[in-house]
Amino acid sequence: MEGLLPQLGIVRKDFPILERTLAGGLPLVYLDSANTSQKPQVVIDTMVDHLERHNANISRAMHQLGAESTEAFEAARDKVATFIGAPSRDEVIFTKNASEALNLVANSLAWATGDLAIGPGDEVLITEMEHHSNIVPWQLLTERKGATLRWFGLTDDGHLDLDGPQGIDELITERTKVVSFTWVSNMLGTINPVAEITRRAHEVGAIVVVDASQSAPQMPTDLAAMEPVERPDVIAFTGHKVVGPTGIGVLWGRGDLLAQLPPFLGGGEMIETVRMEGSTYAPIPHRFEAGTPPIVEAVGLGAAVDYLGELGLGAVRDHEHAITAYALDGLATVPGLRVLGPLDAAERGGAISFELDGVHPHDIAQVLDARGVAVRAGHHCAKPAHARFGVQSSTRMSSYLYTTPAEIDALVEALEYTRSYFKLG
Amino acid sequence: MTNAPGQDLDSLYQEIILDHYKNPLHAGLRDPFEAEVHHVNPTCGDEITMRVHLDGADGVLRVSDVSYDALGCSISQASCSVMADLVIGKPVEEAMAIHESFLTLMQGKGQVEPDEDVLEDGIAFAGVAKFPARVKCALLSWMAWKDATTQSQGQTQEATNG
Repeated sequence: MEGLLPQLGIVRKDFPILERTLAGGLPLVYLDSANTSQKPQVVIDTMVDHLERHNANISRAMHQLGAESTEAFEAARDKVATFIGAPSRDEVIFTKNASEALNLVANSLAWATGDLAIGPGDEVLITEMEHHSNIVPWQLLTERKGATLRWFGLTDDGHLDLDGPQGIDELITERTKVVSFTWVSNMLGTINPVAEITRRAHEVGAIVVVDASQSAPQMPTDLAAMEPVERPDVIAFTGHKVVGPTGIGVLWGRGDLLAQLPPFLGGGEMIETVRMEGSTYAPIPHRFEAGTPPIVEAVGLGAAVDYLGELGLGAVRDHEHAITAYALDGLATVPGLRVLGPLDAAERGGAISFELDGVHPHDIAQVLDARGVAVRAGHHCAKPAHARFGVQSSTRMSSYLYTTPAEIDALVEALEYTRSYFKLG
Repeated sequence: MTNAPGQDLDSLYQEIILDHYKNPLHAGLRDPFEAEVHHVNPTCGDEITMRVHLDGADGVLRVSDVSYDALGCSISQASCSVMADLVIGKPVEEAMAIHESFLTLMQGKGQVEPDEDVLEDGIAFAGVAKFPARVKCALLSWMAWKDATTQSQGQTQEATNG
C-alpha cells in the first residue's frame, strides 16, 4: 500500500505496548489514538533516566542536579518550539493539558483590560464541532462578561458551514473579539481551513485561538512559515496525543499578545518580585507557569516531539492518509454502517466516527474489545456535534503512525462479527 | 452463537437482556405521575426521562406505574425494562428492597450470588457486574427510579397531609 511509513514493522517495535496480548491471548489492535497515543520506548526511557539521574526542582535549586533538570526542562521547550515552528521559543508555555491551555486564554481574556477587554456587545465565535474543552471556557467567558457566544454550524458532510446564510460573512464582524476553533475535529475528523478563517478574523482585529490537539499529532505544523495574517494568535495541544506523557500540554501564543494578557495562576516562578503590597510578573514564558511544573512530563514530551520529528510529520500525515482511506473503504463494506464526517481521506484526519444500525456504540465497543480491538464509544466530548447529526453517541476508530492495514482488516472483521452477534442480517 | 475468545461476552449479553432490549416493557411516558426525572450518564451520554406514579388507595403505598423514554445501550435499555416490570404493582417498601438487592449485585464485582425470587429477570445482569465499565449502564434507570419514587413519596405525603 502506498503512503505507509517506510519500515512500519520496525517503527512498531518502538512501541512496547503493541507487543502485548489481551485476555485469551488475543493481540492488541489499538485504534483509540485520538483518545491517547501509545508511547515509544525512547519517551519511557528518557523519563526514567531523568527520574533516576537528574531529578531536582528547576530554576530554584543551586546545585548540579538543579542545573541539569533545568537544562532538560528548557531543552524540552526548545524541542517543542521546533516541532511547531514557533517564531520564538519563549512563546511556548507548558500547561497541564490542552484544556488548561484553552482555559488559560479564556480566563486571561476575562481579566484583560484595554484593547483586549471583552464585554457586552462583543462576540466570541466558536464552532459546532468543538471538543467540550473549546466550548465551555468560552461559555464561561461570555456569561461572565455579558458578551455573546456565536458559532459556525456544520454542513451535512461534516464541514464548517462557512458559505451559508450563517457563514463567515455573517459571523465574523466588527463585534467579533475572539474566534476559537479546532484544526482537526476529534469526532468528524474534518480538517478546517485555518488560514482562511484566521485571515478573515484578523481583518476585523479578532484574536484567533486554534485547538491543535488532533492536528499536532498527525500533520506538520510550521507557524513561522505561515503568512502572519493567516497565522493563529494562539494554538493549544496536549502531550499525550503526540506520543508523549499525560500531565503536560502546550500553549503557544504570539509573544506580544501573551505579554499583554494578565497572568492566569499566581505563585512561584511567575513573578519578578513580590512585596506584601503587590507584585510584578516575570516575562513569558514563566509569567504563565506558576508553581513547580510537570518537569519529567515536559522532558518526556521533548523526547516525543523529537521522535516525531525524526519520522517526519509529512511522512506521518501520508501514513494517516493511506490508513484512513483504507479504513473508509473497509467500513463502507459493512452493511448498515454510516460514517459521520467527510468521506474523502484528503479532507480529514485519522479519527473516524460511525454508527451501525441496530447496535448501540457501547455494545459495539464491548464486542470489539472482546476481539482485542480497542475503540472509543460515546460522545467523545463533542455532544453538540453529535446532536447536529441527530445521534446521541457514536463509535470511533482512530489510527496513528503505528497502525497497519491488517489492524483495519481486524476492525472490519470484528464489526461483521458484531452484526452477527446481535443477529443483524 | 459462538463465544469470543478472551472475554466472556455471553455472560454479559444474556438472552434475557437481548430480549428486553429488542422488546422493552412499559416503555413510553404516561400520565398520571407525581414525579418526572431526567438522568444522564455523563461519560457516554445515555439519557433517561422517567415518571413514577404511586397509589396508596388500599392503605399500602404502591408503585402504580413506571413509564420512561430512554436512549442507551442494550444493557441500560434492558435494565430499565426489567426494573419497571419488577417494581410496578409492588409496595414501595418492597420495591426499594429490590432496588437495594440489585445495587448489591451490581457492586459485587461478580462475587454476589443473585436471588431469583427477589430479582427475577434481574439475575441476568449478574454478568454485567464483571464488566466495571458497564455497571453504570445497568444502574442508570434504577437510580432514576429511586430518585423519582422518593420525590413522588414527598408529593404523595404532602397531598395526604394537606
